Amino acid sequence: MRFARGFRLWWAFALAVGVIAGKAVAQADLDIDTPAIRALTAAMKARHEALEPHYRAGALGQAANGDLVLRDATKVPLPQRAKVNALVAAENADRNALYREIARANGHPEWEDEIRATFAERFIARAPPGWWVERPDGWAQKR
Amino acid sequence: MNRLGGAVVFAVAVTLASCVTINIYFPAAAAERAADQVIEEVWQLREPPAGNSPTAPEAEE
Repeated sequence: MRFARGFRLWWAFALAVGVIAGKAVAQADLDIDTPAIRALTAAMKARHEALEPHYRAGALGQAANGDLVLRDATKVPLPQRAKVNALVAAENADRNALYREIARANGHPEWEDEIRATFAERFIARAPPGWWVERPDGWAQKR
Repeated sequence: MNRLGGAVVFAVAVTLASCVTINIYFPAAAAERAADQVIEEVWQLREPPAGNSPTAPEAEE
């Protein structure tokens, strides 16, 4: 009798722990609302207007490693090439800082590479039709 | 009694260890949500990837 009651109590305890732990895992969101992350996304958003025509032209593509690359310089008019190169370098500096900051803001600097891989996959998945993305078997245009 | 104490200590140790483990695993789903949120903001995207309600694109003809 006493044994049965103790057993039931343990079950209740185990169930409660399971439910609480499950909830914590399901709800845990990564914190992306820090001053550093906001500044980086604002800079990237401001730069997007200048980059977007080159995404559509096929000059720039979303690389599999989470970077932006100039995959076909001939699609950029010669007078603009230096400017586009500078924009790409600035964009990649911000993307790198963003991956690092998100990992740091969430207390796990060692997550940086996994966050970069997640962004790489999402940049490619979310790219609108017409943009170029790097697939496992090479560059392809999104349909 | 001694054996019961050992069992309790073991159970507590396992519980604590599992908490630490949960915290160390990379939260892939949460990272994906965070990435989508940032990308939508930066690229000014509106509709989700698998478009469930076609809105503006059909408007002009």
